Amino acid sequence: MATEVKTKIPEVLEKQEAGILTDWMKEQVAATTVRPDLLKEGDLREQSGRFLQLLRVSARANDLMHIQGPNWAPLREMLDDLSRSRAIQGFTSSETATFVLSFKQPLFTRLRQSHDDLDGLAEDLWRATALLDKLGLYTTEAFIKSREDIIGRQAKEMFELSTPVVELWQGILGLPIIGTLDSKRTQLVMETLLERIAQTQAQFAIIDITGVPTVDTQTAQNLLKTVNATRLMGAECIISGVRPQIAQTMVHLGVNLAGVITKSTLAGALAVAFKQRALAVKPISPPSGNG
Amino acid sequence: MKSETLPIREEKDLLLVRQTVRKWADELGFAILNQTKLVTAASELARNALIHGGGGTVRLETLLVRERRGLRLTFEDEGPGIADIEQALTDGFTTSRGLGLGFGGARRLVNEFEVHSRPGEGARVVVTQWV
Amino acid sequence: MERIPILHMGEFLLVTIQVDMYDKLATALQDDVCQRIAETKARGVLIDISALDTVDSYIARVMGNIAQMSRVLDADTVLVGMRPTVAITLVEMGVALPGIRTALNAERGMALLSAARSGEDSDASGEE
Repeated sequence: MATEVKTKIPEVLEKQEAGILTDWMKEQVAATTVRPDLLKEGDLREQSGRFLQLLRVSARANDLMHIQGPNWAPLREMLDDLSRSRAIQGFTSSETATFVLSFKQPLFTRLRQSHDDLDGLAEDLWRATALLDKLGLYTTEAFIKSREDIIGRQAKEMFELSTPVVELWQGILGLPIIGTLDSKRTQLVMETLLERIAQTQAQFAIIDITGVPTVDTQTAQNLLKTVNATRLMGAECIISGVRPQIAQTMVHLGVNLAGVITKSTLAGALAVAFKQRALAVKPISPPSGNG
Repeated sequence: MKSETLPIREEKDLLLVRQTVRKWADELGFAILNQTKLVTAASELARNALIHGGGGTVRLETLLVRERRGLRLTFEDEGPGIADIEQALTDGFTTSRGLGLGFGGARRLVNEFEVHSRPGEGARVVVTQWV
Repeated sequence: MERIPILHMGEFLLVTIQVDMYDKLATALQDDVCQRIAETKARGVLIDISALDTVDSYIARVMGNIAQMSRVLDADTVLVGMRPTVAITLVEMGVALPGIRTALNAERGMALLSAARSGEDSDASGEE
């Protein structure tokens, strides 16, 4: 790396900022990746202007290689914000990275005009490419991280929606569990169920595991934890949807469900709860003749 | 980031430990259940330091690591130390000898749990809870 | 020294714990409960912990002691008002409350105690 040849990049950015911005805007607007449906030209111009300004300031320190350094922090932050908003708006990662990469052409053009020797020009073109590629990659990574954060948030919302507690009858709550009951889910189940019990002062909670595909030791223990917590509070727990295979598995695993009422159907569990509440279901009028 | 050290010399100190941990956890934005778990663990460990360690201290530190907020509690005592850490952690609540009560239980309530101890050299227990 | 008040209601004693407990207070409570049961010939003790946001193994042990002592004096004990967060924390720790029945609130707790006394089959939460 020949460091003897001085770079003209900072100088070009300082003296020709306005011209570069105009060229760059032309470049971006003409590209297929521009997405005027998602971003107005005025906003794009504003963002481009800010990028150029921050680039100019950071380049003054003459260290164009180490973009992770403190000189480049303001520009990195701007790219973080840009990537995040692009991710939220629905741009793809290439469309977002193109914002940075499309800067090459206008910069190269001005560099060619500034250099009168080929060696100097070659060096600067190389430096500019390296710099903008690094910034482009940085932008892509920031974009990906933003996307992951968004997905994580959506997953969390779905997760929380997935354990609905319903009031089957006054004082009898029902909680159908769909999917696996891992420790994270168990935490959510316990919290949601117990809070509802406290709110409604329901005496019975029926946990239906028809939708739980397999019951291993961990799942069984998680279920037991939930039952124990419910009972500690002073309410009663009934587990329904216990298929014969599950019953066998639990016996094999030596899971001690002593004292826990289990039923194969939700209806059966409801009947138990009714009985304990001294409630009965009767037909309204005796079935006779033609009503 | 802030830190503070509280003494554990008598029963009443345990009340202050609980109150302070609850307050700091609340200020950091911990959910109530998470707070309760940490305060309960702190209560167990502080009591251990008092009863089995002959008294000691607890240092509270707020943490911020890669945008994650947390609270770290370091319990230190100058007592007889723990001869068998593994056993102490599995004793649970069924035995009344040694450090059984509360020690193993506390571990299950926190995100990170470290014990450093040797017989005759006291004990240091560090627990960390993340928001 | 402060002491936790014990109310006498008919055949039962009502203890509402609203402060953070420490050893002297706990010991005093255990003594007081025994004494009051003997004095009033109470058949049941209702302990209300709805004000407690933390219950550690020590408090659990104190509750257990009260239940055991009451049993010796032929009285039942019911713990009411445990908060969800407390219940979850106790279960995560692996703490059990042997010999104590629990109920969601004081009203149900009283019903439980009455039913137990009249020898009927109790239909609410079972023993821990």
